[in-house]
Amino acid sequence: MSSLKISGGRLAGNDTETTMLIRDGRIAALGDTAVREPSDRDFDAAGCILAPGFVDLCCNLREPGNGQKGNIASETLAAAHGGFTTLCASPDTSPVNDSGAVTNLILDVAAKRSAVRVLPVGAITRGLEGELLSDMAGLAAAGCIAMSNGARAVKNARVLRRCMAYARTFGLTVMFSPENQALAADGYAHDGLVASRLGLLGIPEVAETAAVMEMLLLAEETGVRLHLGQLSCARSVDMLADARKRGIAVTADVAMHQLMFTEDALADFDSRYHVRPPLRSEKDRRALLAGVREGAIDAITSQHQPHDSAAKQAPMEATEPGLSAIESTLSMGLLLVERGELDMTSLVRALTSGPASVIGRSAELREGAVADLCVFDPDASWTPDDISLCSVGRHVPLPGKDLPGVVRLTLCNGQQAWPGK
Amino acid sequence: MTVNDPSSTSLQLTDDGQLRHFLTLDGLNRALLTEILDTADSFIEVGERSIKKVPLLRGRTVVNLFFESSTRTRSTFELAAKRLSADVLNLDISTSATSKGESLSDTLLNLEAMASDMFVVRHSQSGAPHFIAESVTPGVAIINAGDGRHAHPTQAMLDMLTIRQHKGRFEGLKVAIVGDVLHSRVARSQIRALNELGAAEVRVIAPATLLPRDVESLGCSIEYDMVRGMKNLDVVIMLRLQKERMEGALLPSEREFYRLYGLSREKLALADAECIVMHPGPINRGVEIESAVADGPQSVILNQVTNGIAIRMAVMSMAMGGQMAERTRRQAGRARV
Repeated sequence: MSSLKISGGRLAGNDTETTMLIRDGRIAALGDTAVREPSDRDFDAAGCILAPGFVDLCCNLREPGNGQKGNIASETLAAAHGGFTTLCASPDTSPVNDSGAVTNLILDVAAKRSAVRVLPVGAITRGLEGELLSDMAGLAAAGCIAMSNGARAVKNARVLRRCMAYARTFGLTVMFSPENQALAADGYAHDGLVASRLGLLGIPEVAETAAVMEMLLLAEETGVRLHLGQLSCARSVDMLADARKRGIAVTADVAMHQLMFTEDALADFDSRYHVRPPLRSEKDRRALLAGVREGAIDAITSQHQPHDSAAKQAPMEATEPGLSAIESTLSMGLLLVERGELDMTSLVRALTSGPASVIGRSAELREGAVADLCVFDPDASWTPDDISLCSVGRHVPLPGKDLPGVVRLTLCNGQQAWPGK
Repeated sequence: MTVNDPSSTSLQLTDDGQLRHFLTLDGLNRALLTEILDTADSFIEVGERSIKKVPLLRGRTVVNLFFESSTRTRSTFELAAKRLSADVLNLDISTSATSKGESLSDTLLNLEAMASDMFVVRHSQSGAPHFIAESVTPGVAIINAGDGRHAHPTQAMLDMLTIRQHKGRFEGLKVAIVGDVLHSRVARSQIRALNELGAAEVRVIAPATLLPRDVESLGCSIEYDMVRGMKNLDVVIMLRLQKERMEGALLPSEREFYRLYGLSREKLALADAECIVMHPGPINRGVEIESAVADGPQSVILNQVTNGIAIRMAVMSMAMGGQMAERTRRQAGRARV
């Protein structure tokens, strides 16, 4: 296998330049040893930052079944463009990933066409209907790294409790987006100032916090390892911190767009920012940022949801939620760093070691480690548009804006994932 | 972004501040609202002539695009367009295209092919007229005839015209809006208009289940007790209560609602002696209002209907004027190049 030497870049969180040698899919040498070693290829990373490849705990690849919205090849290339090397693929596919056969299909397609590592997440209930348990042990044996109910709610607390207890039996991690279905009802926007003024149907904060509380209590009782995905409320962060103090095994993530935007993004009926959970108030955004800085929130996800254009071309109520976000997740993070709302160390941690540890993996740039990494220039800029984007989904956050942070190179398992071939 | 969102303003106003679409009262200032009222006043006289027509929209095609059925609003829009000499096409989409699965965008593309000049849109989803205004070809005016829970700006303006006719001013007025504010696009537009025109106080009177979250941020105070809320009122606006509200566990019964929030003669007696009673219609007698009040001397409910035609004529002619001025500027710009 050939070797690659990356020189001139700085390791994330470290201001000194270093050299890295990659051979046989691993980091063979770092620093002075790497300088002395010969290599087949050299990559000039002057001015760039070297970070472990980003790990995404919530990403929709749309394959199998939703080819008009995206596929494994397109969306993993988009991920590599965004610096991601490991994706936890949501079970919301068609058919739903609730059997080993679907998991195998996803892994087979990924082995042939994926630019990066795809880790399927299994459906915790059959068909994601929220009523009957799925074959969790079988899903895990086929390669699912965690169980989740995708963006859908589990029918009631009794089913939720049994899901957790059954997953606990096999030591599986369960991932839930906390939302009380009865309280969210037909809502599609934060129940706050903007929804009241525009007459949008609101999802109250308590739809999330009541579900967080219920899940924490059930996790404590069943002893399952619980991951709360895509938090949106300040109160949720407080409850999470309290639960940790009591010793409950719980981790959490937040979508990057929740750190960047608030309900104000909907002020002109902009369906692009129709996301679920909804964008909430400035107070919530600040609390979520503090949660990331202080480590209460382990990870930032892209919550990538590519759609065909028709899914977003309608009055908000009739549109589907979600942003095509994975290619601009890093850039939004760098904007937050520029504004002084987030520090580079927290940003990189929440995109790498934080999410990796949630799924029992590591993400480090050390000698001997698998060469999953990205090289990005924080001072260069790019514009998300029809030419630059790889995702099928074109409903990106901040379209047409000049964004900081260009990914120059992404390696997954030592193989070049970006720029694509 | 503030309450007077700039992008909303730029969508419905031309560069020199003329009306281009009429989607919401957000972002329209007092001068423009007053201009609408003054223009409507001048059209009231047209309705009193034996030949009730002016040629302002002659040769123009107005399409009434009603995705949600409505008899009164549609007929007043139709009459208004006809009095302006426009050709009118009424489309009741609620029973045709969308039920066959056609998307709003596709319906629009088909209608645009008919070379219309103005769409009057009613839709059950908040923001639908905004969406249409953003996607139509330049030169086509969009008038919001009520969207979801968001806005019903012509209704609010005809209410303002009615208030001005009876009170002569807005400054110093104390106005209450009673009933189902949560689901009401009319209330949202009224609160905005009353604030912009300088009313002294807008009170909403309703149980907490029928009020939007943070409703005070719209520019009003909350009163749960109607007996207290009626004190010193100059205007009381009753909202229609949909029967479905009982099923959604928002209210226990019509009877309890009427007892607590219905406008009876006794409650009206608590207001200022000159207080006028308004209702956007259609009224539910014995649910939100007592018949004797609806038909009584303080009721101006039928004036509202008459004023509806004048307001709609005003808004349609002003939006068409803005579009024409813009078209002329575009052509002049091209000629210079």
